Amino acid sequence: MQPILSVQNVSKTYEGGFVALKNVSLDLSQGEIFALLGPNGAGKTTLISIICGLVNMTEGRIAVAGHDIVADYRAARELIGLVPQELKTDSFETVWATVSFSRGLFGKKRNDAYIEKVLRDLSLWDKKDSKIMTLSGGMKRRVLIAKALSHEPRVLFLDEPTAGVDVELRRDMWRLVSALRAAGVTIILTTHYLEEAEEMADRIGVIRKGELILVEEKTALMRKFGQKRLTIQLTAPLAAVPPALAGHGLELAPGGQALIYAYGTTNGSHAPVSALFHDLDQAGLAYKDLDTEQSTLEDIFVDLMRGE
Amino acid sequence: MNIHAIGAIYRFEMARTGRTLLQSVVSPVLSTSLYFIVFGSAIGSHMNAIDGVTYGAFIVPGLIMLALLTQSITNAAFGIYFPRFVGTIYEVLSAPVSFVEITLGYVGAAATKSIVLGLIILATSTLFVPVQVLHPVWMVGFLVLTAVTFSLFGFIIGIWADGFEKLQMIPLLIVTPLTFLGGSFYSIDMLPPFWRSVTLFNPVVYLISGFRWSFFGVSDVNIALSLGMTLAFLVACLVAVWWIFKTGYRLKS
Ligand SMILES: Nc1ncnc2c1ncn2[C@@H]1O[C@H](COP(=O)(O)OP(=O)(O)O)[C@@H](O)[C@H]1O
Ligand SMILES: [Mg+2]
Repeated sequence: MQPILSVQNVSKTYEGGFVALKNVSLDLSQGEIFALLGPNGAGKTTLISIICGLVNMTEGRIAVAGHDIVADYRAARELIGLVPQELKTDSFETVWATVSFSRGLFGKKRNDAYIEKVLRDLSLWDKKDSKIMTLSGGMKRRVLIAKALSHEPRVLFLDEPTAGVDVELRRDMWRLVSALRAAGVTIILTTHYLEEAEEMADRIGVIRKGELILVEEKTALMRKFGQKRLTIQLTAPLAAVPPALAGHGLELAPGGQALIYAYGTTNGSHAPVSALFHDLDQAGLAYKDLDTEQSTLEDIFVDLMRGE
Repeated sequence: MNIHAIGAIYRFEMARTGRTLLQSVVSPVLSTSLYFIVFGSAIGSHMNAIDGVTYGAFIVPGLIMLALLTQSITNAAFGIYFPRFVGTIYEVLSAPVSFVEITLGYVGAAATKSIVLGLIILATSTLFVPVQVLHPVWMVGFLVLTAVTFSLFGFIIGIWADGFEKLQMIPLLIVTPLTFLGGSFYSIDMLPPFWRSVTLFNPVVYLISGFRWSFFGVSDVNIALSLGMTLAFLVACLVAVWWIFKTGYRLKS
């Protein structure tokens, strides 16, 4: 199937020579939720801005549902909705006026029923006649989302949508994302809240210093980079790891009350664990409890960013 | 053609005008009335008729042009500068609209506003002096052409300006002097020969002269030349706008 978004070898050098993106390529299929992770300044906003037509790319080619974003910009942009990272709103406009404006701007015929639905979904309906400047930051963020949805986009960009918003809005937002995904909308989001990416995304891309260093199914990523930690609580403290267990790379917890065993879950092999227990029994070590921890996406991410 | 988008931008801009109706209409009307009282009645009563037109009536087209030029530039410049300043321009730049459509929306609204204002000032002037319009169609033609051309010019300034000072600098430092020296209050035939030649490099001379001709049938310069110069300036502005959107100058990095 044709990708809904195809980014091919895109590079960006800002005026002044700063290289913000280096040869980024990426294909998204319709209906997937893609999370773009990366530290501040990695180039996430730059990539989104290029796709949406706000920044010119230096090299490369991008197509949305097969429409080149430069040559066939109208067809491409009609399909895109963008919620920018920063709150940029017209202070003096009412919520209703600004959302209706967006719909018209994207070439869509007036449809009050649809706008009403969007506003209700975002809990903005009772604010529809309020001037935007009278709204709180969280409400303004909702307005920006409503604007982006006003023209029924097929691809939605959410640039750090939950940075600094209240819990309620975050929850609403994720409900909305699920509903949109169910309707076949492709969503690209950047976030610093890794548990969100972990929970919502189908695929994850990691960008570092303008390079897309990894694109992976979330589950595969967790499997590949995920580390498990097994803690074996001992009945009697040890002074050192017994020589009989030296081959397992065990660590003794401070105080000697527990042994810690870290192992990768790559290729799902559990053989090392059974071997360890075999050796534990052989060494005659008694243990009273076991406990395992799986690394979160956050740990994976921190590890990736550390490694060059 | 994305008609919905042109309409959306146009309505947005007109709504903005509606919110600031007082300062955008009352203040130009007030200042024009003051000109009529001072120049038209007080000083004008001591002036000879120019080309058979009483001085009070003679200055009407010039005063309308003065307001038209200043307002067109200011409105259009502010209309596009403000979303750039606040950052809401991102939406227009990411929308499926061509530069022609963006320009039509913004410039159309600014021009509409100044045309309406020009007509209000014309109506106001009839309270002070008897005004006849010899060629009403040409009068409206010049009004529209000038409003569009200078709204376009203001639009360019609004994109070029990277601060409020620059936004105000052009109307203040260039347009007002050019209008005053462009024959708003006198016929350029009244100037010494040297200054008369210098004045011919002032584009506003052609506008005022042509506009005045549509009122009284008399002009400082040939009417065809007036029209030609105005159209030439219009084309120059169009080329500039085309280039701005082609390169993304000051709009995209
Ligand atoms: N207009 C610009 N001119 C020059 N450099 C820029 C511009 N915009 C962003 N940058 C630089 O590009 C890099 C990537 O920025 P950005 O895409 O905003 O990162 P992110 O969204 O991942 O935090 C940053 O180092 C930033 O300073
Ligand atoms: Mg960013």
